[in-house]
Amino acid sequence: MSTKDVVRDADADLQVYSPHRAGLPRFGPYFRDLRARLPFAAESSKASIRAAHSQTVFGQLWLILNPLLMALVYYILVVILRGSGGADTLAHIVSGLFVFHLVSGSMSAGASSVTGGGRLIMNMAFPRLLMPMSAVRTAFFRFLPTLPVVLILKAFTDEPWGPQMLLALVFLGFMTLFSIGIAAVLATLQVYFRDTSSFLPFFTRIWLYMSPILWSIDSLDTSPVAKYVDLMVVVNPLFSMVGGWTELVLNAQIPSPSMWLAAASWAVGMTVVGSLFFMSREREFAVRL
Amino acid sequence: MSSLSASEVSTSGDSRRPSGTATGANAPAQPADPQQPDAPAAPSAPDAPADQTAPAGEEAAPKPKAKKPAGKKPAAKKPAATVEPRIERKYQVDTSVPPAVSVQDVSITYRTTFEKVPTLKSAIVRFGRGERAVREVEAIQNMSFDVPVGTALGILGANGAGKSTLMRALAGVLPPTSGRIEVRGKISSLLSLGVGFNSALTGRENVVLGGLAQGLTREQVAERADEIADFAEIGEFMDMPMRTYSSGMSQRLAFAVSVHMEPDILLIDEALSAGDAKFKNKAAAKMDELMSSARAMFLVSHSLGSIRQLCNDAIWIHKGKLMMRGTPEECGAAYTKFLEVGETAFTLEDF
Repeated sequence: MSTKDVVRDADADLQVYSPHRAGLPRFGPYFRDLRARLPFAAESSKASIRAAHSQTVFGQLWLILNPLLMALVYYILVVILRGSGGADTLAHIVSGLFVFHLVSGSMSAGASSVTGGGRLIMNMAFPRLLMPMSAVRTAFFRFLPTLPVVLILKAFTDEPWGPQMLLALVFLGFMTLFSIGIAAVLATLQVYFRDTSSFLPFFTRIWLYMSPILWSIDSLDTSPVAKYVDLMVVVNPLFSMVGGWTELVLNAQIPSPSMWLAAASWAVGMTVVGSLFFMSREREFAVRL
Repeated sequence: MSSLSASEVSTSGDSRRPSGTATGANAPAQPADPQQPDAPAAPSAPDAPADQTAPAGEEAAPKPKAKKPAGKKPAAKKPAATVEPRIERKYQVDTSVPPAVSVQDVSITYRTTFEKVPTLKSAIVRFGRGERAVREVEAIQNMSFDVPVGTALGILGANGAGKSTLMRALAGVLPPTSGRIEVRGKISSLLSLGVGFNSALTGRENVVLGGLAQGLTREQVAERADEIADFAEIGEFMDMPMRTYSSGMSQRLAFAVSVHMEPDILLIDEALSAGDAKFKNKAAAKMDELMSSARAMFLVSHSLGSIRQLCNDAIWIHKGKLMMRGTPEECGAAYTKFLEVGETAFTLEDF
């Protein structure tokens, strides 16, 4: 069932290509190959970041301007709806929204990563998982420059600072892992149903509203949906991930164990399931493009 | 079919090569045949091509010759018994070691959807009607052959014969539907130029990107970057975005990146054309160098001449079936005859 076995021969690698029925490739060679090709994924992600703003006036500054303007739009929306707002609200929105863009950016770039790389797929043999991974790397490096913005905004609030804020990096890691998984799933779906990327913006918009970004978990206590919080922690992966991230970065508060558990299981589960799903279909991509 | 085959034959060998020799090394620039990358102009051996192409065809396939325009004939009639290879191969044919590539009863069937863009809506509609939107294309059917180390295998076949599919299967891009392909060694493929390039980036950045896409390491790319830049001859444009390049310049750069590799088993698809006449000579010389250092080489080409010069073995495939395995002369002759006479006639006559 395996497509590619690499066995050390006397003087050269023996590679065997044989038929498969949606089976998984052998993990050893696959991941060895994947690791060897990582520099290519990194370079192509760098290239797409550099290329994206190469002709704009502000250039790389857009990496900060774009999410910041988006945050301002949502801030205005929240202020209008709620009738109040301040530095606290803005910092809360910004911290959650930027990290949400890491996931949603991975999703949209990941969805088109395979279908957009047609020539590469038709002419080169390499582990295709590199393509969604490259998309996630792009999203991650677009996110990084926005991190100081969150901290600067936090300086204008009277939230506490502390070393436990560093734990937020763990949640960032969870979200990156989760992004790889979901990007792989969407990349595969997009090959079979080209509508996927058209549905995606609506889906991510709803997901944004369902996650504690424009509102905070604490504010739920007084609202009628409070009883669903436990359910949300389990069902919505971003609830625990973004929630935990914001609690740590903004409030310097260590989230409850249930948040840790939910975030970790979603991250690991999504990565494993997404990668396996992708890998089981990837050898068909060359025929489907 | 007949018009196609006639043009195939006339461009592939006889008409072009003699004129190439007559006018000298600049001949490949003539617009009549702009797509031949390995036009007969390897500067080291300007006379070799003329002596061999025509007579080989003459001996084995006299019929097609007779139909040729008379004007072409005198040049083609030079007597010569054997074909001199254009390149010295580093590896000699060695059947004592396991073959470099072994294709064992391989079939490849595409299941393509006949709708241009597969969408969820159409999938649902189809599901409702109980239809399936797949059409099977049998690109390769029960093909078996071994390629010993040291072989330079020419692959002949009309358009749509399955040549590219076969190459992609050897490269590991397309998995076989049944059968088995064994490859001993690292495959380097030259199936398409400029894969992985990004037009918003500078030439230098694209060299890195293209090199990594081919599976080189960062160190290997860094070592070769200057050599590639020199080879492509694009001077100060190297640090400008590729969208500012003329099409010739980007082709040259793409070609330069593609050929600066260390081939173990080399796959070359035809018509990797690049640049003007001067660059073409250089490109042909570089290709010869690449091919000579590969442990095994596969060349897909419509040019019978270049297959005769560059290969020591050949297969001819037609509609996914292996029609013939033999020397480049035999296969070339049979293929030429087949194209001239047409499929039906061939079938009646020979089977």
